Amino acid sequence: MTPSSLFLRITAWLGFLFLYAPIASLVIFSFNESKLVTVWGGFSTKWYGALFRDPQILAAGWISLKIGFFSATIAVVIGTLAAYVLSRFSRFRGRTWLSGAIAAPLVMPDVIIGLSLLLLFVAMEHLFGWPQGRGILTIVIAHATFGAAYVAVVAQSRLVGMDLSLEEAAEDLGAHPVRVFFDITLPVIAPALVSGWLLAFTLSLDDLVIASFVTGPGASTLPMVIFSKVRLGVSPDVNALATLVIGIVSIGILVAASNLHRAARDKEDAAPSHRTNEDMS
Amino acid sequence: MTPPPLLAQGLQGFLNGARRIGLTGRGLVIAIPLVWLIVFFLIPFLVVGKLSLSEAAIALPPYSPLMEWIDGVLSIHLNFNNFLFLADDSLYLNAYVESAKIAAVSTFFTLLIAYPMAYMIARAPDHRRHLLLMLVVLPFWTSFLLRVYAWIGFLKGNGVINTLLIWLGITQEPLRMLQTDFAVYIGIVYTYLPFMILPLYATLVKLDKDYLEASADLGARPAMTFLTVTLPLSLPGVIAGCMLVFIPAVGEYVIPALLGGPDTLMIGRVLWNEFFANRDWPVASAVAIVMLVVLLVPIMVLRRAQAAEEGATP
Repeated sequence: MTPSSLFLRITAWLGFLFLYAPIASLVIFSFNESKLVTVWGGFSTKWYGALFRDPQILAAGWISLKIGFFSATIAVVIGTLAAYVLSRFSRFRGRTWLSGAIAAPLVMPDVIIGLSLLLLFVAMEHLFGWPQGRGILTIVIAHATFGAAYVAVVAQSRLVGMDLSLEEAAEDLGAHPVRVFFDITLPVIAPALVSGWLLAFTLSLDDLVIASFVTGPGASTLPMVIFSKVRLGVSPDVNALATLVIGIVSIGILVAASNLHRAARDKEDAAPSHRTNEDMS
Repeated sequence: MTPPPLLAQGLQGFLNGARRIGLTGRGLVIAIPLVWLIVFFLIPFLVVGKLSLSEAAIALPPYSPLMEWIDGVLSIHLNFNNFLFLADDSLYLNAYVESAKIAAVSTFFTLLIAYPMAYMIARAPDHRRHLLLMLVVLPFWTSFLLRVYAWIGFLKGNGVINTLLIWLGITQEPLRMLQTDFAVYIGIVYTYLPFMILPLYATLVKLDKDYLEASADLGARPAMTFLTVTLPLSLPGVIAGCMLVFIPAVGEYVIPALLGGPDTLMIGRVLWNEFFANRDWPVASAVAIVMLVVLLVPIMVLRRAQAAEEGATP
């Protein structure tokens, strides 16, 4: 091993340590008997018990799950349509604008998205009387809009990568475009849509800033409750909550990744590989 | 009674018009995402722009209307005072400069950490590569808020790092790390690291190894090969990654709010306080408009880098 590749390896593994050390400490101290974060007071699961007896956290968690479910579902519809339009229709009015606007929420600072949507909702209520007040509905709309951006990216890469001859064959056989979409395109891109839905769902579950702007009285999401707790310092029940979230997400990712990996391997087996051999270093 | 011919004509004209602007099946498919984005993305910005030119008022909603129709007189009030106010009070200018500085420095350190990681992943054998990529993406899927929170326990006075440093005898007194700009840098580097690694990886994995071998055969040392071959070829990934970190970092609210001190001035936080604490919606809107204008250049750079990237892949 050359010195430069050793250096590379060490820095890269330090990078992974940097990524995972805080998460690991979060998990370890969620099982700490003591309320002090740095003093180990023995193994305990009492913070998990405290978590499930906290009505504020449970209520906020339920609201967040509902918002996540509906916003992710709308995001998949909008994002998939946008991706389909952008990858299949080469010329139409507003194409450049659509491709820019669908991707913009990916980098736009949250405070700007939150403020602008709130002002829109206020103006709309003023002009049309809808939406009446703000709350779960307005958060769902806001989350669906930025979730659609992520879905569109995921769906578009799949749509561009898929074999067009399938769609062409169906069209040549006289299938209506709508039928082609539902019978051919949709099943092929379905795995991408599932991961797009999950991405939109987790992002919705995680968002503090946008939801804080567009929410109304009575609709406190989980991140809002966590944020108000955490501002006052470290609290072990938040560690317990974080551990649950990390555990569920990790299991989900592992299942999804092994599925994708298997699908990719099957595809590679079916198609002749044109990749050069990996080097053995 | 038959409908008046004018109405029938109008209706026919409307239908023809609808067909002409493409309200067919194809048109409908295009219209759904387009209309959604116009209503919930484009118009909101126009509303922000409009509000930034109005006057704060003690009312619900707390601003005065831009246009008024009184006794047949249409009066339009364009109030540029919000922008003059921003220019006048050095707090805002400082916040913009400080945000750009914090975002730029954090982006640089993110790149420094992400590059070797992306390089190693791109060079890893196939089966290991999937695992390593997953390890990079996994934290991104867990809560952003909770990952920032994890650093509070790490950085605070009696936190993990200070305990370790005292135990190692490096320092006697706990270092003050939480509620400093240093903590904000760490928070940004930490949470945005995957956004930098993924585009870097995407360009590095496509890099043709023959170039590296050719360079080595011609007698270039590894450092020389890196500077003259690898780095220039991975430049689109570097630019895309830097913009993906820099742009959202400028407007970051959660990280300075949780990890920064009271004197950590970032524009996202200023906007938040202007809106929630001062309830001055017009000034908050003006802050947002100026932030958008400032971010327009990096957003254009990002779009060009991404377009170049798409053009490069067959």
